Amino acid sequence: MSKTPALQVVTANDLLSGDVVFLSSGGCWRRELQHATLVRTAGDAAFLMAQAEQHEAYVVGPYLAEVMQDDAGRLEPVHYRERIRTLGPSNRPDLGRQAEGLAEVTHVSV
Amino acid sequence: MPIVTDSGFDFETQADAMLSLEALLSGGGDPASGLEVANDTDPRDLVPHFDGIGLIAVTFPNFADGRGFSLARRLRALGYEGRLRAKGHVISDQYPMARACGFDEVEIDEALATRQPEEHWLAVTSLSGHALRARG
Amino acid sequence: MYRYDEFDDRFVRERVASFRSQVERRLSGALTEDEFKPLRLQNGLYLQLHAYMLRVAIPYGTLDAPQMRQLAMIAERWDKGYGHFTTRQNIQFNWPTLQDVPAILDALADVGMHAIQTSGNCIRNVTADHFAGAAADEIEDPRPTAEILRQWSGGHPEFAFLPRKFKIAVTGSPNDRAVTKAHDIGLRMLRNAAGEPGYEVIVGGGLGRTPMIGKVIREFLPKNDLLAYLESVLRVYNLHGRRDNKYKARIKILVHESKLENIRAEVEAEFERLMAEEAGPTHALSAKEVARIEACFAPPAFDDAPDRALDLDAALAADTDFRAWVKTNVTGHRQSGYRIVTVSLKLIGEAPGDASADQMRALADIAERYSVNELRVSHEQNIVLPHVRAVDLPEVFACLQQAGLATANIGQITDIIACPGMDYCALATARSIPVAQDIANHFSSPAQAAEIGKLQIKISGCINACGHHHVGHIGILGLEKAGIESYQITLGGDATETTAIGEYAGPGFAYDDVVPAIQRLMDAYLALRANPDEIFLQVYRRLGAAPFKAALYPASNGSTGSGSGGSGKRPPEPKPHLIASAQAHQATQAQFVFYHF
Ligand code: SF4
Repeated sequence: MSKTPALQVVTANDLLSGDVVFLSSGGCWRRELQHATLVRTAGDAAFLMAQAEQHEAYVVGPYLAEVMQDDAGRLEPVHYRERIRTLGPSNRPDLGRQAEGLAEVTHVSV
Repeated sequence: MPIVTDSGFDFETQADAMLSLEALLSGGGDPASGLEVANDTDPRDLVPHFDGIGLIAVTFPNFADGRGFSLARRLRALGYEGRLRAKGHVISDQYPMARACGFDEVEIDEALATRQPEEHWLAVTSLSGHALRARG
Repeated sequence: MYRYDEFDDRFVRERVASFRSQVERRLSGALTEDEFKPLRLQNGLYLQLHAYMLRVAIPYGTLDAPQMRQLAMIAERWDKGYGHFTTRQNIQFNWPTLQDVPAILDALADVGMHAIQTSGNCIRNVTADHFAGAAADEIEDPRPTAEILRQWSGGHPEFAFLPRKFKIAVTGSPNDRAVTKAHDIGLRMLRNAAGEPGYEVIVGGGLGRTPMIGKVIREFLPKNDLLAYLESVLRVYNLHGRRDNKYKARIKILVHESKLENIRAEVEAEFERLMAEEAGPTHALSAKEVARIEACFAPPAFDDAPDRALDLDAALAADTDFRAWVKTNVTGHRQSGYRIVTVSLKLIGEAPGDASADQMRALADIAERYSVNELRVSHEQNIVLPHVRAVDLPEVFACLQQAGLATANIGQITDIIACPGMDYCALATARSIPVAQDIANHFSSPAQAAEIGKLQIKISGCINACGHHHVGHIGILGLEKAGIESYQITLGGDATETTAIGEYAGPGFAYDDVVPAIQRLMDAYLALRANPDEIFLQVYRRLGAAPFKAALYPASNGSTGSGSGGSGKRPPEPKPHLIASAQAHQATQAQFVFYHF
């Protein structure tokens, strides 16, 4: 997996469901990491965070998380915390995202 | 600045600046129109002046800083019987606590009053808040 | 057991209505997230890694069968069919949505329960000896005191926005099962020379980043003065506790920095003022009220059950599984003919403290039939059936077997305390549940566990120490080091009346190296013990850390075994650890399911 350094997304938890969400294009929060808006520079990251902070009505605690992108363009979190966050409890493969097909595209809010 | 009491909002027009603690202790002013103190004030300093103080306003820099509640209790325990106001960032959910600790009223700023209008405060004035207290 | 009266009920219902309104106001924007957060925390609601988490109070760990069934119902209706019993005798639901929480709180109120002050910078849910009212060594039942404290602290108007959380524990036995010395305030019930009942008051204990053992601030506090005295301690803390740094905001730091004598003097002065005041309703209870509460905890009507019976003896002789279970999970009772049964929630390979809705219902049924309708949650994350007739033990065992809850491992190496860690907790730096599972799986042979004997392993997923690792005979603290999980081991901790903070053993272990490290510690222990009765902690106390450190770090250049283990600051051996880390990194990666989307 070729790794592009300092590739970041903005993630948060949905206010109503508590679910993990990612800021995607158009200011939309989505459950799928693959739809997250990617930023590469500090300026872009700050811009995206500023945008996220306007969304207190929809999400809680937005922050920047580092991701990796493979040759096929798929995103994966760098840190194990984020990996668990996007999959579910590592001791319960029957729970969380890892238990879902995640094929469906769900809009959470906004 | 709205003053919240059990009967709702009162938009006070009085603009007299309140006396600061330093001014009071250095003998530089009359606290009859009000004294504003920080929440880390030693209430024992105020005891000799209790009779002349028309109002004590304890400031709440942030609603999560609960020192003002204990300060109010201590002022009351030390015998202060005048008006006692919680001033600053106090949210409507804290109103019953403020009253139970000895405050008569709360002063909030316009922005907070807009966000948390009078009905939010009136909704909590009748809460018993504390089972032990309610049982008496 | 205590039953809500109309005041309790009204208070709890009011709180549910307030919370419902707070949720609505958060959604409307009347409350900012900053303002809402402390309010939701004071109603038990966290936002964790994957979802909200609701922590429900089980005051002093006591609940009855209908309450347990209601928890099962909540788990199924609003959560994912299970709950997690915690080291503070609470239960956590890991998956509720914000909008469902008011309904869950209503369902709790229906059975006389709540989630009030299970989090936030306030006086937390009071904990007590889980054997209260049943223990053979009990001087006095701590539950009336704990219940009075629940009522006093719940919604206390002055202490809802303290510098930091405040935890109180009560014990009525000389053998401390409530870890009173690791609480902001610990109360030990005792009698003075004149035979009057009162408390020894311990202040400033706590684990977390700066573990400290509590100090005695008052050697004897007459029973009736309790609330006035605690009110004084809390007021001094509320006014003077540090608010500039959340890691220094607990009362232990205030006591440490301001010196115990000064805090004691301040508290005594405040206490005198309060006692001189005309006794106000928040710090004095009428004798009638005390009597009402005490009456709720009158011992149940024990019958004249025989202490031994032919059937029981026959069952013990015939069934080795039963015999092993009685040996580990059954404790003597104050009443002849009765026993205390501890049901292990440490099923080998399962998450410590987790119980499914079915298991909760099975426990409720068993408690109803065999334990005067009562259950307890222990801080060791097990369930206690406090009043079981000795002659019923074989049946209770059979019922537990049927429910898959007959694991015979209380007090043993597989009875591991573990916090939720990185699998759920937003504050975690590493996982703890899978570490506990791996250790339990490794030592799953009952014979091996019995051979090792009494051993407490306690695991926390971060420095906050919810897993009490500091007071485990072996403590494991999960940290992050250079992007991977790293586990620090402490040795010699003790959670009982002889409280001790474990000593840091040396550099951390990668995830996959934890189990082998524990195995090496066990090999060393078995080789070093004077006899099979000498438990790990005793050997540690007799020989010190050196031989165990040598066992933990065998690959080092030979200096490890020299006995100079005092500082614990030995630099890491670069080579083996780097290799181990790299391997662990790969292993850790492989443990996660790959992305399919
Ligand atoms: S010790 Fe840390 S990881 Fe474990 S539950 Fe507490 S805060 Fe979370």
